[in-house]
Amino acid sequence: MIKVSNLKKSFGTNEVLKNINAEIQPQEVVVVIGPSGSGKSTFLRCLNLLESVTDGHVYIEGVDLTDKSVNINKVRQNVGMVFQQFNLFPHKTVIENIVMAPVKVKKVDDEVALQKGLDLLRKVGLEDKADAYPDSLSGGQKQRVAIARALAMEPKIMLFDEPTSALDPEMVGEVLEVMKQLAKEGMTMVVVTHEMGFAREVGDRVIFMDGGYIVEENVPEELFTNPQQERTKSFLSKVL
Amino acid sequence: MDFRFDLIMDYAPLFLKGTLLTLGLSLAGIAIGTALGLAIGLGKMVKNKWLSLPFDLYITFFRGTPLFVQILLIHFGLVPLFTGKTEPVTAAILALSLNAAAYIAEIFRAGIQSIDKGQMEAARTLGMTHVQAMRHVILPQAFKRMIPPLGNEFIVLIKESSLAAVIAAPEIMYWGRAMQGQYFKVWEPYITVAVIYLVITLSLSFLLNRLERRLSTE
Repeated sequence: MIKVSNLKKSFGTNEVLKNINAEIQPQEVVVVIGPSGSGKSTFLRCLNLLESVTDGHVYIEGVDLTDKSVNINKVRQNVGMVFQQFNLFPHKTVIENIVMAPVKVKKVDDEVALQKGLDLLRKVGLEDKADAYPDSLSGGQKQRVAIARALAMEPKIMLFDEPTSALDPEMVGEVLEVMKQLAKEGMTMVVVTHEMGFAREVGDRVIFMDGGYIVEENVPEELFTNPQQERTKSFLSKVL
Repeated sequence: MDFRFDLIMDYAPLFLKGTLLTLGLSLAGIAIGTALGLAIGLGKMVKNKWLSLPFDLYITFFRGTPLFVQILLIHFGLVPLFTGKTEPVTAAILALSLNAAAYIAEIFRAGIQSIDKGQMEAARTLGMTHVQAMRHVILPQAFKRMIPPLGNEFIVLIKESSLAAVIAAPEIMYWGRAMQGQYFKVWEPYITVAVIYLVITLSLSFLLNRLERRLSTE
């Protein structure tokens, strides 16, 4: 479903991703962990071309995003993304945030989009907040709205960029719960996170990144209990 | 000092005419200046240096030279060049619009650039084009932030329209000077003029405050 080959990314002279190769299967939940500055967020942002790719290829369902003739807007409709800072649109109500893209981009009928939006809000447990503005919500609620907003486009893949890192500890659970539910329903997910518990419980595979490389990847149980690389061991000993 | 209200009453019809022209000059300046300012502001944000250069030069000239000089250049130079005669009202509108556009361009640019880049990213990841994201996400938020500085600029523009008196556009200030010349009085004409400007600018601030409150989402 996603294939990354020889991906390199530089900011000026700073090479952040050095040579990344990865493949992600449909319905797979891949969790990316690693120290700050290891390139994991940049890697994720290359998967929908929020960052331009310096070298190498990124394929989403066989389409090469680095091909200049590809309509990236079309591809992005199938790839939802959730950000650390939520990035809800503050001038729109919760339900307007959710229906905006389906209506403006996919030209979905207003009424259909509204019903679908309310269903999604129910799914994330916020149906009573439909007419609230984002500023009046807690961090956990904002992030759940952001997930609903991304799901409204009916994406086949969901990318999560440290979705719980900006949350108060007591709100982390409610967001992870929604993500767990999503994984259970068979969504293909790539999650950059520091939540090792989530990685272990929900992840089908864990990728450990450091210094712009994928250092090690394995099923969670193996990676956490029996890491092969020194670098992985020392990282895990600090975070577990 | 005896303050002659009766002289002000004599001039009242002329002050009324002058006020209407001042409002006309200001509204035209605001409308044209805003439209032009948006275009110039977007032009200056173009990444290509050579394409953004003309916009940059425009802003440099109109912000860096006095409006008084610009009015004289346009009135005695530019307008006669095209029409063969001087036209005070046309020249005043032109000068005020071109001058305001330079400031408004910078207000637009600052407003757009003040919006967190995560907003653009979120819109783009939902599949929106750059133009759709600008229109539905960035500009509505930027516009709200632009209201206070735009209000300032509009107030400055209203007051600076008084410079049109020197090219004989018969707005408020023109009649104030005429009244001074006729009666050799200073307080009566200029206090009247000051009060009229104050009423106009206060009404505008009041309207802008209401607009700002209406757009609030908290």
